[in-house]
Amino acid sequence: MLIHLPILQVIIPLLGAPLCLMVKGSRFVWGFTLLVSLLASMISVALLWQVEANGTLSYALGGWQAPIGIEYRIDILSAYLLLIVSCMSTIVLLGGYRSIEKEIPVSNQSYFYVAYLLCLAGLLGIVAAGDAFNVFVFLEISSLASYILIGLGKDRRALWASFQYLIVGTIGATFILIGVGYLYIMTGTLNMVDLAQRIPSVSESTTVLVAFAFLIVGVCLKLAMFPLHVWLPNAYAFAPSIVTAFLAASATKVAVYLLFRFSFGVFGIELTESILPLHEVFIGLGLAGVFAASLVAVFQQNIKRLFAYSSVAQIGYMIVGYGLDSVAGSMASLLHLFNHALMKASLFMALAAVVYRLGSVQLKDLAGLASVMPWTAAAIVIGGLSLVGVPLTVGFVSKWYLVLAALEQDLWWVALLLVVGSLLAIVYVWRIVEQMYFAPSTSGDQSDGTREAPIGLLTALWILVIANIYFGIDTRLPVGVAELAAEHIFGGRL
Amino acid sequence: MELSTLLHATMFLPLVAVVGILLCRHQPNIRDGISLLAGVLVFACVLAIHRQFMSGGDVDITWVEILPGLSLSFSLESLGLLFALIAGFLWPVTTLYAIGYMRGHHEKNQTRFYVFFAIAIATVFAIAFSANLFTLFVFYEVLTLCTYPLVTHAGTDKAKQGGRVYLGILLSTSILMFLLAMITTWAIAGTLTFTSGGIFPEGTPAWLLSILLALYVFGIGKAAIMPFHRWLPAAMVAPTPVSALLHAVAVVKAGVFTLLKVCVFVFGLEVLPSLPATQWLIYLAGLTIVLASLVAMRKDNLKARLAYSTIGQLAYITLGALVATELAIVGSAMHIAMHAFGKITLFFCAGAIMVACHKTEVSQMAGLGKAMPVTMTAFLVASVSIIGLPPGGGTWSKWYLIWGSLEAGQQLMVVALLVSSLLNIAYLLPIPLQAFWGSSDTNVESSSQLKEAPMPSLIALVVTAFMTLVLFVYPNGVYDLANRING
Repeated sequence: MLIHLPILQVIIPLLGAPLCLMVKGSRFVWGFTLLVSLLASMISVALLWQVEANGTLSYALGGWQAPIGIEYRIDILSAYLLLIVSCMSTIVLLGGYRSIEKEIPVSNQSYFYVAYLLCLAGLLGIVAAGDAFNVFVFLEISSLASYILIGLGKDRRALWASFQYLIVGTIGATFILIGVGYLYIMTGTLNMVDLAQRIPSVSESTTVLVAFAFLIVGVCLKLAMFPLHVWLPNAYAFAPSIVTAFLAASATKVAVYLLFRFSFGVFGIELTESILPLHEVFIGLGLAGVFAASLVAVFQQNIKRLFAYSSVAQIGYMIVGYGLDSVAGSMASLLHLFNHALMKASLFMALAAVVYRLGSVQLKDLAGLASVMPWTAAAIVIGGLSLVGVPLTVGFVSKWYLVLAALEQDLWWVALLLVVGSLLAIVYVWRIVEQMYFAPSTSGDQSDGTREAPIGLLTALWILVIANIYFGIDTRLPVGVAELAAEHIFGGRL
Repeated sequence: MELSTLLHATMFLPLVAVVGILLCRHQPNIRDGISLLAGVLVFACVLAIHRQFMSGGDVDITWVEILPGLSLSFSLESLGLLFALIAGFLWPVTTLYAIGYMRGHHEKNQTRFYVFFAIAIATVFAIAFSANLFTLFVFYEVLTLCTYPLVTHAGTDKAKQGGRVYLGILLSTSILMFLLAMITTWAIAGTLTFTSGGIFPEGTPAWLLSILLALYVFGIGKAAIMPFHRWLPAAMVAPTPVSALLHAVAVVKAGVFTLLKVCVFVFGLEVLPSLPATQWLIYLAGLTIVLASLVAMRKDNLKARLAYSTIGQLAYITLGALVATELAIVGSAMHIAMHAFGKITLFFCAGAIMVACHKTEVSQMAGLGKAMPVTMTAFLVASVSIIGLPPGGGTWSKWYLIWGSLEAGQQLMVVALLVSSLLNIAYLLPIPLQAFWGSSDTNVESSSQLKEAPMPSLIALVVTAFMTLVLFVYPNGVYDLANRING
């Protein structure tokens, strides 16, 4: 049983998806989906534990050994991502029932859960897969499912946002496919470990260069790196609240993982450094993303959109960490992956609660929210502080390592810009705080029934909020794993 | 009791009080009683700590290691103890004052006020006992955040605007410069633990240390060195007890305390004078002293005048920390204590005048002395201490600051200190003098309604005014602690 964990991790949600159609009653479907997601997260915990104890796990699908058969490969980096994705999915689902019930028509709810599990399976598959073509397949599964999830949004503009994402996402996926195809032509293998061994001998060829370019651009489209981020704000703003929370905490994280996997795992450090010296470009684009997106966020009236832009900015931090091209930089980037998932999941869950009660996420409608929904408002404050990077929250830990990594290479201006960037976060977070706590309530008296969000939503929300503080104080898990993963990357053991 | 238990008690008793305050929110008398009781208990704890410290007690507490090598740790050291003693003494006194003020002024949300007040005090103790810069930074930020609801207590547009400036300057300076300086320090020295003589390895380039020093001086925004002083006047929209304890004692003193700690225990007294930036920063401190006093003269609003006076007085302490001779450090540390008692009395008086007579402008206060003799006498006594004349405690700290500056060859700074004293006389003394001997421009019938502030407030301000006199006669306790900083 235990040796089959790598495949169970993916197959359980994948098989669970069609089974959703057989379950009747929205509460039961929800329970079933939650159960599947919970199983997946338990498996991910077991996998992380195994990998930490015994090193990388390799699983040959159907008993066919690697170069011929399909390999599932769980190293420390994959295990870390599996944990993030499956646990975020579970917590978001846990609190999501009432919100889904309200935002999605009953007739579509089964499809929603199907798409949700498919998306989860796809994301987990990308991370677990050990060969490049399977990565593409799972990428398509998760992308198609997420187009559906986004399109289910109540607002009709959700369809347009979904379509926009479909176009961009398909271009990205196609680029990745082209890249993988070129690599296959040159090396005759799709297995990523094999690729890593064979690429150095053909690294002189332009085809490999082109493959590299296609892969990197394709992945950057998926991870919404500035300036390829245009699809993200719309998609996040119009998707159902729960979907936004789930995607924000998982989808872009997996794309960042792919960036690391392809550039360091497949092409290898030396090659990535010598053929295409992209580091300065990535640092520049990362910082540009931090500033451009944060500035746009400051002027948003729709809070979901505001936090979507803030996500683009936060991705910028991860890109800077990646671009620093050192153990410390990669570690900071991977650490921020975990921490940002916690922040954004809690903020978007809080917005789900707001949407549930107010039906709006316009800044002006949040006036006086603190008096009617004190727990939700407090959660937004803490999530916001974490986003700013106040000590004792996870945001501080990420920032600490990122600045340290920049200083390590004497990149003073980068360190300075990184902290200036977090000042912009103060501005947009504080606009919301002031509106919630100081603006008089527009709804006049409280007779319109606005009150605290349902207990299920609040529970999940506060699990996330407490995790934001807990992992800001007891940092052993994320810091330890991120450090191990970064050392793996630079030890050439990815 | 164990020292570590006592240390924990100072940080957790206020938090226990928070629970009590919340539970008794519908019984104001019990609620305020809990605040007062917690204050007295905490002060008793600090006194016990002081006794054990003097007999050689030492303690090291580590809560949790947040990042490898970076932990939330607390230890005992004389400067921190001095700060804790001041805060511990003034908290119950201010609570007493607040009871009279908040009720007399019919403030809303009093429970919220006492809750955040108690949290802020717990944070101050955590700052005072921090064993490393990281712990100090963490609670420095917590202090900013938990005093924000106090500053914006009134909830008006003006309060919101003040809160924005307050948070904006304090958070952005600390995140932008303090944090950056701290991470760089960590990268260079590999430790952030406060150590006598500094933590930087020999051979660290002077230009780098200069940049760091500048980042610290400006990044510790709570020390209110110009041009990052605007938050302090902005914070004056808060209720007077907040202005009194937090913005004359706890918050601003946390700022200069941090700066002193950094100068003495991160840079070290030998390193500081050798840095090229030090001299410029000393000039800046001198400039702040003079400019703040000049601005204070032009302020008619009493609280604004006191705020600018605080900015000037804080720069005294910054100056002493940067001059960094043993005498100057003693002067700085003593000035933390002396200024605290003087300034809190002045704020108490300002609040008392506001509650009893609804007057906020200096120009309206002529002739008030007949109606409020006790308040105005206290104001006079505290003013004398702030100016640095006998029989006020401020005499001693100014004495050591001037002596230290002379010893370091900073003649220009001696001039700045003396000019500032003259300016202090010009903007503080006329207020009580006018009150007693000036003629009231309001008519007689309204002045007959004027009376002293509520009794609890009156007791509080008499106690603190009396303390400034006591500190003149018995400055030894403060001096001993201050002198131990130099080892």
